[in-house]
Amino acid sequence: MEMAYIIESIIKIVVILLVFSGLAGIGTYFERKVLAFMQRRLGPTNVGPFGLLQVAADGIKLFTKEDIIPAGVVSRIFKIAPVITAATAFMAAAAIPFLPSFTIFGYEVHPIVADINIGILYILGIMGVGLYGPLLGGMASANKYSLISAARGAAVFISYEVITGLSILAPIMMVGSLSLIDFNEYQSGGITSWILWSQPVAFVLFWIAAFAETGRTPFHLIANDHELIDGFGTEYSGMRWGLFFIGEYANMFFISFVMALVFLGGYGDGSFLGALGLLAKVAFFFFFFLWTRAAWPDVRPDQLMWLCWKVLMPIAVINVVITGIVMM
Amino acid sequence: MFEAIAFYLFAFLTITMFYIAVTTSQALHALTALAAGMIFISAFFFILGADFLGAIQIVVYSGAVMALYAFGMMFFDTTREVKEKQGNKYIIFGLSVLAAVLIVVIFSAPMVAQNIGGQNPILENAGNVQQVGMVLFTKYLVPFEVAAVMLLVAMIAGIVLAGKKMDLSLTLMSEEDIKVLKEENTKKAHS
Repeated sequence: MEMAYIIESIIKIVVILLVFSGLAGIGTYFERKVLAFMQRRLGPTNVGPFGLLQVAADGIKLFTKEDIIPAGVVSRIFKIAPVITAATAFMAAAAIPFLPSFTIFGYEVHPIVADINIGILYILGIMGVGLYGPLLGGMASANKYSLISAARGAAVFISYEVITGLSILAPIMMVGSLSLIDFNEYQSGGITSWILWSQPVAFVLFWIAAFAETGRTPFHLIANDHELIDGFGTEYSGMRWGLFFIGEYANMFFISFVMALVFLGGYGDGSFLGALGLLAKVAFFFFFFLWTRAAWPDVRPDQLMWLCWKVLMPIAVINVVITGIVMM
Repeated sequence: MFEAIAFYLFAFLTITMFYIAVTTSQALHALTALAAGMIFISAFFFILGADFLGAIQIVVYSGAVMALYAFGMMFFDTTREVKEKQGNKYIIFGLSVLAAVLIVVIFSAPMVAQNIGGQNPILENAGNVQQVGMVLFTKYLVPFEVAAVMLLVAMIAGIVLAGKKMDLSLTLMSEEDIKVLKEENTKKAHS
């Protein structure tokens, strides 16, 4: 029995790893196409039909490129930093229910690796550990721009973790559980029972913080665009750089799943339609990440900090207090 | 069986990481090893079924405490090796042995006395978080409140220390104002 459980878990882990590594690649294709469409360009067109094979071409390029370790870096930390980014992104996926449980060949499958009863806390904690990828990468690079970018990224990340935690506290108080499956059960009564309607402030705050947590535009400060340098990834090349990329895209997908499950009812009653609905919500959130990148410039670091500590955090605290009063 | 395997694996990993953190002369290695060790410790909480404490261990130690260490390290050149001053080796050796023996004695004393037992039994039908909350807000309410007051004091102290000239923002000031400010600062430095 225990053996079967272990084998099942390993299969789930491998499937999630493969699917989301692949999705990260296809995500870059969609990003380029969507950005191109919104900015009246063509995007990738040459490789394959509609440029679809561009993903494969990029993959081949990344895998076969020489892995350069510059002189003067702290080589062990430099090598391990991209792995931390990618690994923590996928570790966070362990507590996310990706689909409702379904039966295949008479065997009931729960598409969640570990249904621990503190799921959301675990996910946020592991995503917080993801900070070490950029931070160590920047500090080990022996490059001043990398270091500046790492410091900036860490500051933004730590600040916005406060917003994530506080904003999600109000829905947790309502549901009374930290498991994402319980969140889903709480909202299984259809669109009207979504937490979005009772906690719109928390939803907007969490959404804003999600941009900072994944480091996407308008909070894309970890890449120093204004210094014409790619932030903490400056010294990286080949697949090590690619791992940072996979980590970023996997994080985007996972945080989209979390938002859909916590605020937008997840997979609803667990029917086939509900599962499709969950995927549609995730696709919308992912598209929104790209949309924002096409439409908005980056904000300045001081504006970002101002927004976090002087606007979002007070609103989040007030939201928690009001939720508490209403619940009493 | 798997519990035993997991325990020994994570015990080995934790000790290795902390050993690296203590012995290395490279600041970044120490930082990374310490953070990794903190995460591996959370595995013991998960094995014991204390999921909440495990997640809190990750959030607090790896997410917050170690990140602050990392901020501190930004002020050094972390790519260079640190030359440590080592005092009397016998004193270091003696103290560490003494500390190790003390820890073993402290933890094995209740086992020898055979009166080990939980004062607050596990509640049926209550999740991990609820159980922690029950104990925290009944038995340990006073220490909890005292800790809250201490945090408040630390926060006020931090604001007072860092709060000088907080209303000034170099990015929002005009060039002339910045020049005046610079001259004032140089005057202060010379006087």
